[in-house]
Amino acid sequence: MRTVMTGNYASAYGAKAARAEVIAAYPITPQTSIVEKLAEFVSSGELNAKFIPVESEHSAMAACISASVTGARTYTATSSHGLTLMHEVLMWASGARSPIVMTNVSRAMAPPWSVWADHMDSVAQRDTGWMQFFCESNQEVLDTVLMAYKVAESRDVMLPAMIIEDAFILSHTSEPVDVPEQSQVDTFLPRYDPEMRLEIGRPMGFGSLVKPDLYMEFRYKAMKAMESSRERILKVEEEFRKTFGRSYGGLLDEYRCEDAEVVVVVAGSAAGTAREAVDAMNERGVPVGLARLRTFRPFPEDELRNLAKKVRGIAVIDRSYTFGAAGAFYTELCGSLFPLRERPVVKNYIAGLGGRDITPKIIEKIIEDIIDVSERGEDVEPEWVEVKGLDRSWQ
Amino acid sequence: MSKTTIPEEEYAYPGSTGCPGCGANLVMRYLLKGLGERTVISIPACCWAVMPGYWPSHCLKVPLVYCAFEATGASISGIRAALDMRGERDVTVVGFAGDGGTVDIGLQALSGAAERQTDAVYVMYDNEAYMNTGIQRSGATPWGAWTTTTPVDESRGFKQEPKKNVMAIMEAHGIPYAATVSVGHPEDFVKKVRKARDVRGLRFIHALSPCPPGWRMNPMKTIEVARLAVDTRIFPLYEIDEGVLAITRRGKGKPVSEYLSLQGRFGHLTPENTAEIQKVIDARFEALEARAARKNLSPSFTQLA
Repeated sequence: MRTVMTGNYASAYGAKAARAEVIAAYPITPQTSIVEKLAEFVSSGELNAKFIPVESEHSAMAACISASVTGARTYTATSSHGLTLMHEVLMWASGARSPIVMTNVSRAMAPPWSVWADHMDSVAQRDTGWMQFFCESNQEVLDTVLMAYKVAESRDVMLPAMIIEDAFILSHTSEPVDVPEQSQVDTFLPRYDPEMRLEIGRPMGFGSLVKPDLYMEFRYKAMKAMESSRERILKVEEEFRKTFGRSYGGLLDEYRCEDAEVVVVVAGSAAGTAREAVDAMNERGVPVGLARLRTFRPFPEDELRNLAKKVRGIAVIDRSYTFGAAGAFYTELCGSLFPLRERPVVKNYIAGLGGRDITPKIIEKIIEDIIDVSERGEDVEPEWVEVKGLDRSWQ
Repeated sequence: MSKTTIPEEEYAYPGSTGCPGCGANLVMRYLLKGLGERTVISIPACCWAVMPGYWPSHCLKVPLVYCAFEATGASISGIRAALDMRGERDVTVVGFAGDGGTVDIGLQALSGAAERQTDAVYVMYDNEAYMNTGIQRSGATPWGAWTTTTPVDESRGFKQEPKKNVMAIMEAHGIPYAATVSVGHPEDFVKKVRKARDVRGLRFIHALSPCPPGWRMNPMKTIEVARLAVDTRIFPLYEIDEGVLAITRRGKGKPVSEYLSLQGRFGHLTPENTAEIQKVIDARFEALEARAARKNLSPSFTQLA
């Protein structure tokens, strides 16, 4: 069924197509229409699931974890303050090896209050043991919900997955979206069948105390699982492509990078804008490519290293800032490139915080800037783009 | 001698890491005797998060999932929903938390679970302080008690605030069943648990759970202290069934000094302090009896309003 829908409805239709069995959620702007739609699906009987109207996001995640341990496919959605309130239980979810899928409508943190697009909430959860998928379009949101379940529930992974859609830019903007046939989805994503679950007659403790002689082994296994997810994400995407005819470039979605001399690295909806800018500049004879971070966890280290060997400059756009350091995409990319004997010039651009537009013009200026600094080969500091009171104009 | 009504089956095996004389061990034991094998438990941070044993040891005959400190109410809602989806409606879901995990950090999630009418039994085993972390005051610590965070010194001593009335809080949610139980009265305990098991909705059990290290008492006297709590009426045994309150054990009305004097945590109290406590106990019990005699519906118990 091809129809027009928002990113939030794409999330809801994704959870419905995945036949989520337990949904626990708390309302927060701009996530609300996801759970409203799901409550509607459950209420009308279109989706056979239990909807738990919890009293906080912390409880939403805690309920999902216990439901997942009891053997249910679970889904929730949140945003910004809701996500950061969950921080403790996000770690619990990955420690419990619960393959929960959650949409985070990525939004700025207060104060000052802001309900608009920003990645600080999502980036701040990078150490929680969740896979993180940044989406560029509403179709990708729906498709990634389905793929995320399949990856998360794989026996070699068993880790939760976060689908990230930018506040309003995706969450409240309508685009044509193809809703896959249920029978095809059911074949692609069979019912969740965990190896063990909370079960009468099998008296076990899930999450028991361990001494220092075993704790590291649990963490080591979680690390191995996250490493396995790299291969699993590619395999699942290939299977998805064969069934549904769509794919999104694996962990690092490269566009016009083959002959590029410099590339722009970005995540989320700004990648769509960057594609336009990259096209326009190539038409003007500027060899530039786009490398979209589709996953932040696992981080596409090998993919970025391979890309770095081919270019002389990388512009990393962060829609968040890690105070006292730089943008997180930038620092992680630099860390990945460090083992290379020769590295391109890498510069960090902080842009689009709190919903400020990242326009095609801004991206073109960033590309011009990275060409300039890569020619000069100089060390560079993170640059804040289009901030009032600073001399430099990016428009 | 009449035969005991307590089931002989054991669902809590020896091997728990509880302290000698631990009341919470008995709370779990009697609870599971009352509920039987078709039970699953959720336990947050508390003594019982440690007591089942180090992984992979597990001293209970029922499965259990651990949850974050403040999350028990949410956890039982999640388990219930998942079990219902599997058609396992007859399984009893239990939230088993300490007093701090219930009346302080876990109150919001518990309130949510009660408001959502989650079909589960929530048990608060009340040792009247954060005992697992080393005897810090909680909202359930009684007035007058010493804890490590309510130290007794020359200028100011002991806890200055009264114990939070968790039964009233739970009653205000209009839940179908709430009861107080004591490890000193196992038959009353198991009877109430059985009753709670067969009711639908959120049922609440408040279990007094003497803690020898935290109460600074002889571990041999756990049962004696638990019985004295009832006999001195500092912890009356009653139930609120469909909004109607009934006292299940009146107790002998012994002076509270008999209960206090067995516990080092009250050792600093003056006769005047004790008299004050006695006054509060008497007034509270009188009100409880008056309400029980009226047999009227709790104003907060409503079906639909």
